[in-house]
Amino acid sequence: MSVATTLRIPRLHWLSLPLALGIAIAVFWIIATLFAHFIAPYDPLQLVARRLQAPSWSHWLGTDALGRDVLSRTIYGARHSLPIAVIVVALSVSIGSLLGAISGYVGGFAGAGIMRLVDVTLSFPPMLLAMAVAASLGPGLENAAIAMVIVWWPIYARLMRAQVLEVREREHVEAAIAAGAGRGRILFKHILPLCWTPVLISATMDLGQVILLAASLSFIGLGATPPTPEWGSMISDGATQFYSWWVAFGPGLAILTIVLGFNFIGDGLHDYFDPRSK
Amino acid sequence: MSGTMQDEPLFEVRDLRVAFGKHGNFHEAVRGISLSVNPGEVLGIVGESGSGKSVGMLAAIGLQSGNARVSGSVRFRGRELIGLPNSELRKLRGSRIAMIFQDPLSSLNPVMTVGNQLSEAILLHNKDLSKKAAMRRAEDLLALVAIPQPDRRLQQYPHEFSGGMRQRVMIAMAVANDPDLLIADEPTTALDVTVQAQIMEVLAELQERLKLGLILITHDLGVLAGHADRVAVVYSGQVIEQAGVDDLFARPNHPYTRGLIASIPNMAEEKERLFSIEGTPPALGQFPRGCAFNPRCVEAQDICRQLAPPIHRLGDHTAACHFAAGTVEDTR
Repeated sequence: MSVATTLRIPRLHWLSLPLALGIAIAVFWIIATLFAHFIAPYDPLQLVARRLQAPSWSHWLGTDALGRDVLSRTIYGARHSLPIAVIVVALSVSIGSLLGAISGYVGGFAGAGIMRLVDVTLSFPPMLLAMAVAASLGPGLENAAIAMVIVWWPIYARLMRAQVLEVREREHVEAAIAAGAGRGRILFKHILPLCWTPVLISATMDLGQVILLAASLSFIGLGATPPTPEWGSMISDGATQFYSWWVAFGPGLAILTIVLGFNFIGDGLHDYFDPRSK
Repeated sequence: MSGTMQDEPLFEVRDLRVAFGKHGNFHEAVRGISLSVNPGEVLGIVGESGSGKSVGMLAAIGLQSGNARVSGSVRFRGRELIGLPNSELRKLRGSRIAMIFQDPLSSLNPVMTVGNQLSEAILLHNKDLSKKAAMRRAEDLLALVAIPQPDRRLQQYPHEFSGGMRQRVMIAMAVANDPDLLIADEPTTALDVTVQAQIMEVLAELQERLKLGLILITHDLGVLAGHADRVAVVYSGQVIEQAGVDDLFARPNHPYTRGLIASIPNMAEEKERLFSIEGTPPALGQFPRGCAFNPRCVEAQDICRQLAPPIHRLGDHTAACHFAAGTVEDTR
């Protein structure tokens, strides 16, 4: 019998090392996002020093090709990457879950139609589709975000549909039908609350993946436009400076840690919710 | 016993058939069940797993799966249920007709408190009742099924309840809106033997107090002996014998029923082996010619393999066996 992963009272042993590390990294970047103007030593757009200075005590991560402080730009970069990732994932989860739930519960013509749309979207390599959409909308972070939602929602639609298909066959749903509950009530009160666990885990991991995709789009010039301190476009700048490794190092490290951090959280949540991994 | 003729049965099933399949390739799981329940009467339906007893009763109140085809007539207080739109059925289900399922753990929503589930069941059919009033009624209901500290229990989730307590909650939920008919689908099968007796007691007491018509679906004839007024024996989708409970146990008129009764372990006798009916019930769509029971029947003759048996009546005791009348003569 499959036991639903339900609310348990959290005790301290749920905090595994990767989960703790992931949360620490995430908290670090959230603080950077909120308080960039206090933390960053320089204005990210100002030309504060000579160009392409190697890391030193006054510029920990050096300066870029225009003489801007890389550390400050990296810290400010979180202001672009993190909110975009949250917005993209939130929109993808909302759209995907709703359509997936409809497809799984209502089924029929509408359900099949939604799933064919999902199939078509997922048949493209995500990067290629995001590039095509972003390119047709024009550069800019908003357009990149729209492109990423278009790429991402089908993942949640498929996930949610699978969950709904499983949960709706459970006996408590039949009991609710036998008690005279209507379709909407059954879907929203008796099915969906049991479906969120994998979606939550997947969404956490995807925060990192979306940051990566956003940076990739910016890297090839389809995301943030100069002089926005966006990590992807900063790495793109650094890629042309072969002898100044530090220009790409700061944003690269930022992307590495934040993606790693969200993956750790996702894994930790997965272990926490999975009754077999105790 | 025979009741006055103007007394209409509470729930009357006539020639109910349920078939499953796709693209015109249907197999009947329920092959013409007819039975009736009078107000305040307990009808036991007994049969093996897969005999169609649950599927039939679920389909009777419109709870069949999407690939099922249902025909026949089901009348509840004179109103035809087959073909009734879902919105109308929904008003009946949970208010006039309630159900209890086999597994009380999976029948409760694991992420809703018991109080919320009970009050939901109440509010579904009493739209103008306040949430608070519904909670008070929920508390009364828990007390009604003898759950201690009902006020505290309302705040808890199903996993904090034991199996027997959960089934009490299901019973409370079922009688929340004072139904006329309660269908209990193997209410004690998933429970410990000691708890089974308690649950049956709660059920029997409520049935008496609320004057419920009760359909008790089970595969345990022993459960019915103490609690049913009448018993319908179902084999491969058909009612093969129907009688008052004492009459059935005293004068079983069908070889299958006799086999079932002989299979009940008897503490008084010393026996090396328990009795069992040889063979297995026929698979869906592979019913044998003639009487469905003939391959397993110790009394089967040529006619049983050729012709479906007619129903033999003896008072209000009916049996579908070629030799039913004859055997009745013998045992007298």
